[in-house]
Amino acid sequence: MFENFPLWPARAATTSGNVDALFIFLVLLAGFMSLAIFVMILVFAFKYAHSRNPRAEQIHGSLPLEITWSAVPLVIFMVIFAWGAVIYFQERTPPRGADEVYVVAKQWMWKLEHQQGQREINELHVPVGRDVKLIMTSQDVIHSFYVPAFRIKQDVLPGRYTTAWFHATKPGVYHLFCAEYCGTAHSGMIGQIVVLEPAQYQAWLSGGVTSGSLAANGETIFQQLGCPTCHRFDVQGRGPNLVGVFGKSIQLEDGRTVLADENYVRESILSPAAKVVSGFKPIMPTFQGLVSEEQLTALVAYIKSLSPPPTGAAGSPRLAPGTKSQEPKE
Amino acid sequence: MATVAVTAEREHYLNTDYGIRSWLLTTDHKRIALLYLIVITLFFFVGGFFALLIRLELLTPAGDLVQPDTYNKLFTMHGQVMVFFFLIPSIPAVLGNFLIPMMVGAKDLAFPRINLLSWYLLVAAGLMMLYCIITGGVDTGWTFYTPFSTAFSNTKVIEAGLAIFIAGFSSILTGLNFVVTIHRMRAPGLTWSRLPLFVWSMYATSIIQLLGTPVLAITLLLVVFERAFNLGIFDPSRGGDPLLFQHLFWFYSHPAVYIMILPSMGVISEIIPCFTRKRIFGYGAVAMSSIAIAVFGFLVWAHHMFVAGISLYSAMIFSILSYLVAVPSAIKVFNWTATMYKGSIRFNTPMLYALGFIGLFTMGGLTGLFLAALGIDVHVTDTYFVIAHFHYIMVGGAVMGYLGGLHYWWPKISGRLYPEWLGKFAALTVFLGFNLTFFPQFILGYLGMPRRYWQYPPEFQVLNVLSTAGSTILAVGYVLPMIYFLWSMRYGKIADANPWGAAGLEWKAASPPPVTNFEETPEVSWEAYNYDEIPAPEEVPVG
Repeated sequence: MFENFPLWPARAATTSGNVDALFIFLVLLAGFMSLAIFVMILVFAFKYAHSRNPRAEQIHGSLPLEITWSAVPLVIFMVIFAWGAVIYFQERTPPRGADEVYVVAKQWMWKLEHQQGQREINELHVPVGRDVKLIMTSQDVIHSFYVPAFRIKQDVLPGRYTTAWFHATKPGVYHLFCAEYCGTAHSGMIGQIVVLEPAQYQAWLSGGVTSGSLAANGETIFQQLGCPTCHRFDVQGRGPNLVGVFGKSIQLEDGRTVLADENYVRESILSPAAKVVSGFKPIMPTFQGLVSEEQLTALVAYIKSLSPPPTGAAGSPRLAPGTKSQEPKE
Repeated sequence: MATVAVTAEREHYLNTDYGIRSWLLTTDHKRIALLYLIVITLFFFVGGFFALLIRLELLTPAGDLVQPDTYNKLFTMHGQVMVFFFLIPSIPAVLGNFLIPMMVGAKDLAFPRINLLSWYLLVAAGLMMLYCIITGGVDTGWTFYTPFSTAFSNTKVIEAGLAIFIAGFSSILTGLNFVVTIHRMRAPGLTWSRLPLFVWSMYATSIIQLLGTPVLAITLLLVVFERAFNLGIFDPSRGGDPLLFQHLFWFYSHPAVYIMILPSMGVISEIIPCFTRKRIFGYGAVAMSSIAIAVFGFLVWAHHMFVAGISLYSAMIFSILSYLVAVPSAIKVFNWTATMYKGSIRFNTPMLYALGFIGLFTMGGLTGLFLAALGIDVHVTDTYFVIAHFHYIMVGGAVMGYLGGLHYWWPKISGRLYPEWLGKFAALTVFLGFNLTFFPQFILGYLGMPRRYWQYPPEFQVLNVLSTAGSTILAVGYVLPMIYFLWSMRYGKIADANPWGAAGLEWKAASPPPVTNFEETPEVSWEAYNYDEIPAPEEVPVG
């Protein structure tokens, strides 16, 4: 009977339990508080009804009471704040070495691409027990990537990357919703997250047709656009050498420093003059309108692959283009 | 005191003049209040009609009653009409207009003609909104999020934006009028510490209207400019920043929640002392908490943006500030409850609404604690949990307070009593219907049903059916008062000047009040809610 009437959402990621614990605490607290107030109102309403208590007794107030019922809630609120902030901090800080999935949202569809090059639409296969980081952008309006079973949600914006991550704990098929209103078929912009056992996941990975890994595609685009002319990897070219740059702090020409993350790489391709690296001139042309969102994500993945991988992740830095790539194509 | 029996010949603000001109050109704050009452009642039922269509569509998981574009327009226009053309004007423009001059012992507001102008601005805005609705409507959501609103929607965004822009000026002028009146026109002896709490809460509301609304006006104008003239302000493909829009929008639209709820809190602070025959418990704390809400309310806007892409640390700051604004609201609830202690309580219709308000506002406020908790908000924001939460505040709170206030002051406004048993029945219907409509939505939200969905997975259906059932009950509860208020204007029992035996200067004037409110300017030498000095009526009259 409860098949069509669930009262609790599925719990399928490490975050789910943390969120549920605070939620249950808050339900108990709110239940206790409202019950206390309702019972007091009912007792007063009964005891001091005009028929039983024809004359009211005038009371002006009580400073100790005012202080108590301001201070006690404040202390409780600060506990809730801290608890909620800890969960949020974990949710917003992807662990190093997570598998990466690039997400491009558009009216009204989710396009997902794995590091290994598998592409999916409105469906994401992930293994149980691995950290998965989502690097997301939108082609048009704001969308929001929402998986209730994981208790995660992150808006997906045009013109920049936002990230989210999860660590699935239970195999199954879960809802993927767009949670930010995006026009006509907003409620049709749904999909599913398929969480597989590691063995099944490997089988799924090898079953799909790919045109090479995301980074390899990025390298091809990098070559086609003529980037290596300036961004040389053997000698210093007119542009900075991109090996080992990703994830580092970069000194800019105007004295600022910036973290070379996905958004910085993206910005440097689309608006190269915005943040010029110290020692270089703003001579790079913009690639705004020349590369699609998918090509951009491939380029970002490629430039990321030029930096030593974080601890524990598979793969070695890809060879610099000057030295001729020999990576076997799958 | 003008408590002598009301005779048919006595001249008062309703019979002093007749004809349409005498209404459309009036500068009497009491007549303008009634003009507002007519306009916002109309919009309340327009917005309510949209709400019923939304609930009917959601009866089944498949989208089968209306087209998706129609559905998107319905929830957009439901929000815009209810927020900008009903809730924000509701208590301030109707009850505030009628009562503030009377409560401070003045003949009228400080700027009577500006008062009429603000009504005309609301009418102009309302006509623009109706034009927008009739010629195709708007589908951006009441929040106008960019770049959808500026670059992707094919609907009447500019018309809706300008309508709300104009309505904003009505709100600003009303706030200005109230602030000046409360500062400059209090009767001799009516010090700040003797002011009724309704006036305190309206003062706090007016400050927000004055300081917040211009930001909304600028924001909407920028949306219109980006859409009409292709400027790049919020659209990233033209070099704009969509998050800038959200910051600007919520900088007004979060405080706007307090524009809606503070006046209701003021109404409750009047009703509870009257029907418990007691001074309010902790007058100073209740008055100051209104000011605290108005101030802190301006510092919490980004709690609407925890998953929008703001930085981790700014999210934490806005979370902690959101908990601070919850404290003054809690103080009010505790003081109202404590006022009942050792009172002599009567349960007339206004008191039922007041008790209902405390219950529903408490639940709305407590679920706000959930949403301010960052980790929880990530899961439940943009789901039905948020819908349920803000309806508990804005309908369970603000509308209950508005209806309670209308019943409480109806004898003063109309000179007639409404039928008491029908009033109680309607109050109970509203309370039950409201809970049945919105409580299931908390569960739906935690299960993960996103808001603004035209169709939904079948496992959410049972709770949606409950919610739709509740909404039909709620509709009955809202239609009833309109019918019996209209009925009572002609057939209701004649009310005397002070049927409830209430404190407050407005009850010293006749019902309905004369054009100048008071025969002579009152002098005040007592504190508000001096119920020990006012004899309780033997029998509260029953209409």
